[in-house]
Amino acid sequence: MEKHVTSQIATFEIPPAGLAERARHILGRVLVYGALGLWAFICLFPIYWTVTTSFKSAVDVTQGHIVPFVDFMPNWKGWRSLGLSPDTIFEISTPRTEFVSRFENSIITSVGASLLAVILGSLAAYGLSRFKYRFWFMRNDDILFFFISQLILPPVVLALPFLVLYKDLALLDTRIGLILLYTLTVLPIVIWIMRDQFNSIPVELDEAAMVDGLSVWGAFGRIILPIALPGIVAAFILSLVLTWNEYFFAALLTGSDAKTLPVMVASQTGSQGINWWSMAALSTAAIAPLAIVGVFLERYIVKGLSTGAVK
Amino acid sequence: MNQTVPSGQAPFVVADAVAPRRRFFGHALLAAATLVLLVVALLQTLDASGVLAIGFPNWRPLLYAYLLWAVALGAWQVIVRGYVGQRALFVLPAALFTLAVAIFPTLFGFYIASLDWNLSSVEGPHFNGFRNFVAMFHDPYYWNALLNMVFYLLAVIVEYAIAFGLALLLNSEIRARKFFRVAFLLPFMLSPVAVSWMVGKSLMEYRFGPAARLARDLGWDTPAFFANPWTARIAIEAMDAWVSIPFIMILLLAGLQAMPKEVTEAAKVDGANAWQAFWRVTFPMMLPVSVTAVLIRIIFKLKLADIVINVTSGGPGGATDTVSSFIYRVYRDRSNVGYGTALAMFYLVLIVIFLTVLLRVTRRWTRSVND
Repeated sequence: MEKHVTSQIATFEIPPAGLAERARHILGRVLVYGALGLWAFICLFPIYWTVTTSFKSAVDVTQGHIVPFVDFMPNWKGWRSLGLSPDTIFEISTPRTEFVSRFENSIITSVGASLLAVILGSLAAYGLSRFKYRFWFMRNDDILFFFISQLILPPVVLALPFLVLYKDLALLDTRIGLILLYTLTVLPIVIWIMRDQFNSIPVELDEAAMVDGLSVWGAFGRIILPIALPGIVAAFILSLVLTWNEYFFAALLTGSDAKTLPVMVASQTGSQGINWWSMAALSTAAIAPLAIVGVFLERYIVKGLSTGAVK
Repeated sequence: MNQTVPSGQAPFVVADAVAPRRRFFGHALLAAATLVLLVVALLQTLDASGVLAIGFPNWRPLLYAYLLWAVALGAWQVIVRGYVGQRALFVLPAALFTLAVAIFPTLFGFYIASLDWNLSSVEGPHFNGFRNFVAMFHDPYYWNALLNMVFYLLAVIVEYAIAFGLALLLNSEIRARKFFRVAFLLPFMLSPVAVSWMVGKSLMEYRFGPAARLARDLGWDTPAFFANPWTARIAIEAMDAWVSIPFIMILLLAGLQAMPKEVTEAAKVDGANAWQAFWRVTFPMMLPVSVTAVLIRIIFKLKLADIVINVTSGGPGGATDTVSSFIYRVYRDRSNVGYGTALAMFYLVLIVIFLTVLLRVTRRWTRSVND
């Protein structure tokens, strides 16, 4: 309190307050950057540790070497066990074949589900933001709540019924089966983001388009959709993150063919031993795509996460 | 399709000019599709129960019939209701999808919950009423898992506090803001399964993990994080927090950036120090965003499973079990579908009650400042 009083007087006589003020300012800066640095370390160290461990050999792990080229000499051991090191990359390797097929499954299911969710979700969100519906007792708000409330369904509730249903539908251990479920898990989020996006586009644009002779669908497709593109990209990328990392459904509903990357990582974790380098290489490969997405498309993820929260 | 629709000349007038013949055609189309759906459903049921021997390999025909019916329903909307139907077409796909993939399986789940059904046993399912639920009330591990959920939920408060601190830091005048934002966001991008290994099984590994080494240096002689119930629980929570704090942080940061600068400045002019300005101005103004962030976080927390499954499998002695990871093991180890589903359904009912109450209670905070 007192310091603030002095700082107000300080507009007239700068010298006496200046020193204390500056010391306080510097201390504040040190604390701020200290906290920022500490948390950045907490966030980045596990990633750093995993990436470097994939280049270690047993001795480096047991002796706790951390800095490459100083503490230990990196080698390709971990990547060789995956068949992804420079000397094995052109040879036939069973682990690599498996890894690539899991990787493919992960890409197809996550991209497929995100696309489907973005299509279904954008349509529904546009409808809910523009027109008044009445279905039975449900008005727009109820319909929106119906969609969003699916978010609270925990995976366990659906997993076992789906196990039984998919068995009967011959969809167990198929990519399309996973895509359907993943679409469901991200659809509420997409609808939420997209409705916000459409609400921020003035209705006059639709009206103008329709006066020019476009149908509702024409106005939506040709005028509104291009404007809403940033929101769509944000929703898509956020869906991608959530579905790429999904484990629970994949673990229960896939066996051999449609297994995704997280399931492969999990099954390798079980067989512990001390071959940390290969686990580290596998983990690195599993997190790399999204880490890259995170670094380069950060603003879309931030946008996707923060719409709807702030009005 | 385009011809059946009145032209878009008068966009906001409900076009009623659908010719009677077209109307009839629409109704007939939907009726036919409904008939197909019902017949296929009937045939499949009879086939499955052994009355008829048609020999369907699986239930897919019914799925295709449903898809066909969904398409017919959309066409019917457009043909019969014209302009209004065209609008309904926006919401229909998502609604039909959700019905088929969420509502139906959930209802089906309540049915499975009343069965005694072990997938690995030779004999099929048979009805046993509420016996699964009775067994549930005598299952100490299930109640233990529910109790653990209380701990995990309370930990959301700590996650929120840390996230708020980080959001304030990122919102203050700093250099390299972009770098810190990306770095802070990164854990959110990582798969919890990979994190289970990276942090749970390697960083915290008892012998060689850096975290264990650090703990030894700090004077903890036996840093076995997952041997003691409380340290195990806290370690699991720490991993989950590590992955999810960025999410809360981003929401709060968006809230802080949307806040008018003049307000905090006015507080400063009035002589409030930073601490007072935060509690009297920033925090109350952030309440709606905070409530939203915490609510979403709670919803996701209630689903927590993968880290527990992969690091401790619920151990030691069920100390880290979440409801989801427990049911996962009920199914994986005993293939007990009926009982597992009963547990899940009971959990769903609890969640719905809990969240309904929570929404009611928090409503006044989300409204009071906004309005």
